[in-house]
Formats: sequence, structure tokens, C-alpha cells
Amino acid sequence: MDVAGRDRTRALALALPALVVFAAFWLLPMVRLLHVGASGPGGIAAYAAVVTDAQYFKSLVSTVALSAATTVATLALSLVAGLFLQRNRFPGRSLLVSMLTLPLAFPGVVVGFLVILFAGRQGLVGDLAEWLFGEKLVFAYGMTGLFTGYLYFSIPRVILTLMASIEKLDPALEEAARSLGASTWQVTRDVILPALRPAMLSSGAICFATAMGAFGTAFTLATQINVLPITIYNEFTNYANFPMAAALSIVLGFITWAVLALARSASGAGVAAAA
Amino acid sequence: MSARARPPRFWVQAAITLAVCAFLVVPVGLSILAGLTENFFVGLRSGLTLRWLGEVWSLYAGTVGMSVGIALGCLAVTLAIGVPAAYSLSRVQNRWTRLFEELLVLPVAIPGLATALALILLYGGWRELRASPVFILVGHVLFTLPFMVRSVLAVMLAVDLRTLEEAAASLGAGFWRRFASVVLPNAMPGILAGSLMVVTLSLGEFNLTWMLHTPLTRTLPVGLADSYASMRLEIGSAYTLVFFIIIIPLLVAMQWAARRAQPRRA
Repeated sequence: MDVAGRDRTRALALALPALVVFAAFWLLPMVRLLHVGASGPGGIAAYAAVVTDAQYFKSLVSTVALSAATTVATLALSLVAGLFLQRNRFPGRSLLVSMLTLPLAFPGVVVGFLVILFAGRQGLVGDLAEWLFGEKLVFAYGMTGLFTGYLYFSIPRVILTLMASIEKLDPALEEAARSLGASTWQVTRDVILPALRPAMLSSGAICFATAMGAFGTAFTLATQINVLPITIYNEFTNYANFPMAAALSIVLGFITWAVLALARSASGAGVAAAA
Repeated sequence: MSARARPPRFWVQAAITLAVCAFLVVPVGLSILAGLTENFFVGLRSGLTLRWLGEVWSLYAGTVGMSVGIALGCLAVTLAIGVPAAYSLSRVQNRWTRLFEELLVLPVAIPGLATALALILLYGGWRELRASPVFILVGHVLFTLPFMVRSVLAVMLAVDLRTLEEAAASLGAGFWRRFASVVLPNAMPGILAGSLMVVTLSLGEFNLTWMLHTPLTRTLPVGLADSYASMRLEIGSAYTLVFFIIIIPLLVAMQWAARRAQPRRA
């Protein structure tokens, strides 16, 4: 073998340790998970239970609805704030930008706790509402609280991606549209939004997939919230129904993977979920 | 239109931006305050105290050590297997290496809950492993490895390693010599950025860890969940403050390193 060929083989061999670790601790366990999922009384039908069983189906629908609502709200808010911060220069701007990225490293449990401080029984919103309307407002411990938490969690991730693409927009295009008489709304709809489409698709997909699979926030707020990750957790820990927990988590994993893969092929950019 | 006369749209945007920033920052401020207040229900009037931090330390100091230990272990493993793998992927680009790169990202693309269940179902019966922090470490390595590989790979592809290596080879440097003296130094910004990301992610990981932990292998986020569920609000807040003190400097360093690792455009 010539030198170049030997170097190529050596370079390939350097991937072996990672491959071995990955195969032993992810691929093999996943095969086992697939197998356990089909080992219940219903056999392979367990994989369809998420649509055939009314309770699991309800759980799936509410998880999808919550994730979709989170994605839409996050994209809308991040787009407005991202455009504003990228297009205007004012004192304190960089402070605001760093504020927006602060929660990037907070795990779901911490976000859940912050939602409790914000809208829980002793929360800020409740006190403000009591002071303003004479009635306490508490929404931390249900779907609204979870939505608040996911919004908190998603905005920093989405806003960073959007700001990076807004920076790359060519201002000349907008000026051209304006000089041709386009209104601000027309410029936004016909120039800015189409140019940001790949970034919105990829960050929206990450946001959706993360919300579908998130566990920590719901766990902190209430273990009775009916979303799929909590359902899986309860099946596994409280009912020791391993086959159903396995089947449901495979289905959930397939959904989040498919959303990310679809968004990637549609946007042409690299998409990976962030936990 | 003069710069002073802003259209109403400007003020609506400004208000939304400020509201979003307040939404992200105010709860953090509340949490810090609650951790330092004698009685959060009474408010600041009850006075400031470090008492809750002291209690957190006596209750949960072990979880901080556990988390730091696992994060450093995770860093060591992802460096040892991730950097060579990134080099592989930068040198040989074909269908198989692309597939491998795709596969590596799967533990991030699917919920941690699924990966954790799979690990428990296959290896949970191995008592020594199940009871040791290594079980959590395995989960963290799976979850952080793609971040290390991608960060290092991006830099390796940007610096045109091939030309540099050819130059070194023409001077007689063998494969390993080139790896140590050309590849690694040139990939350093990516290695640094990846390392900070791995440590930050490992310290905050909860989804996998909650399933994989045992009462003797509790990490900081696991302890946090426990304190939120069973301790008074002030203790949960003080504990969260400890977490912020550890994680926020890392986050700042991570963003700095990621900017530095970005290939400069000509």
C-alpha cells in the first residue's frame, strides 16, 4: 500500500473508538428498546397505541398542540425582537442581546422553577394581578405554565439563529423594494421573510422537536400534565409498564427525528436539536 | 424623515423587544433575590441572608462535586474519542462517514428520555454499572459527543488541513507526528469551543440524568429537582443561585470561544 493509502486507513481508524462507544451504548440499547416495545401483551401493536389508545392519543395531540403553539409564538416574538436589535443601534443594545442569551444553558428543571417564581402561588404575576385587579393570577402548574416555560427556553435559541441570518440580509434589496414604492409590510412579507425562511424553518424545527421531547420543565411544574414525555415517564416509573414506555418513546423519538430531518431537507441547512 | 421622528412601528417593536428581555431576565432576578431573602413571602423587609446558601451547601454539596466530576470525565472522553473522530470525518468524506456523522447526532435529535430508557433496559441489570456515576457519564458522553465532533470538524474543514499536512509530509513528518504537531494545534479553537460546550451541557443535563441517577449518584440538576419538590422556596432559590454561579461564567466563555472558532471570511 502506498503512503497516502496507509494514511487514509489510519485516519479512518481514528473514528473507531467513537464508533465502538456509539454502537455499544446507543445502537445496541436502541435495538433492545425496539424489541422491548414489541414484547408487551399486544405485541407489535404497541407501536400503534399512540393513535389507537384514546388516552395516549390525547397525550400526543396535546403535546403536538403545545409544541406548535410554542414554535409559532417563539418565532413571532424572536423575529420582532431580532429585527429590532439587529437594525437599530442604541446604548444598552449589547446588554439586551446578552440578556436574551442568558437562559441558553439553563436545564428544563430550572426553567420550570423560574416559571413557578414568575406565575406560581407566590409568583410575580400573581402579586401584580392582585395589586391591579384584586385577584391573584396563578397559571404555572398546567399547560399555560408549560407553554410559558417552553417559550422561555426557546426564545434565546431561536433569536440567536434569526439574528445571525438577519445580519446577512442585503439591505440593498430592501432599499430597492422601497424605492419601487413597497410599504413596510410589503417589504417584510416579500423581501425579509422569504430571505429568513431557511433560518426560520431550521430554528422552528429545533424549537418544535425540543418542546415535544422536553421533560424537566413539565416534571418541575406538575407530574400530572398530560404530555407525552410525562406519560412515558409515568408508564415506566409508576406502572412499570416497560413495553408501553419503550414503544411510546420510540414513536416520540421518531417524530422529533422526522421533524428535524424534514426541516433540514427543506431549508438546506444543518439542523440539530438542542436539549 | 429625520432620525428623531420614529414611526409608531418602531416603538411597538421596541416595547416587544423590551418585554421579551424582561420576561427572560426578571425570573432570574427573582430567583437570586429569593435565595438571599430571609422570607420570600414577606419580601425584602424580612432582610437579606446567606443562611439559605449555607443550608444548600450542607444538604447538597455532594451533588456539586458529582456534577463537576462527571462533566470533567465527559470532557476527557469526548476529547479522547471525539477529536480523532472529527479528524477522520475531515479526511475521508464518503457515504459511510456522512452516515456516521448523522448517526452521532441522533442522541441529540431524539428525546433524552428514549436514550435513557434504552440504556436502562439493556444495561440496568449490570448492578455495578447501574450504581456507579459511570452510568450517568455514558449518557452524557452520548449527548455531548456530537457537539465536540461538529465543533472540531468545522474548524478542521475551514483551515485547509490537507495543504498544511502535505507541507509537513514533504518535510518528512509521519502520520502521528503530523496529527500531533499540525492537526491538533490548528484545530485548537474548535477543541476549546467544543470543550466548553461539553462541560456546560453536561453540568446542566437533566432529561437523561434523572432516569440514570441513583440516590448515591445525584448530580446538581437532580438535586435541584429534589429541592424544588421538597424544600422551601428560599432553599430552591439559593441552590439555583449556586447553579447560576457555576454555569453563567461557562456560558459567557462558551460564546466567546464559539465566536473565536468561527472561520474568518475573507
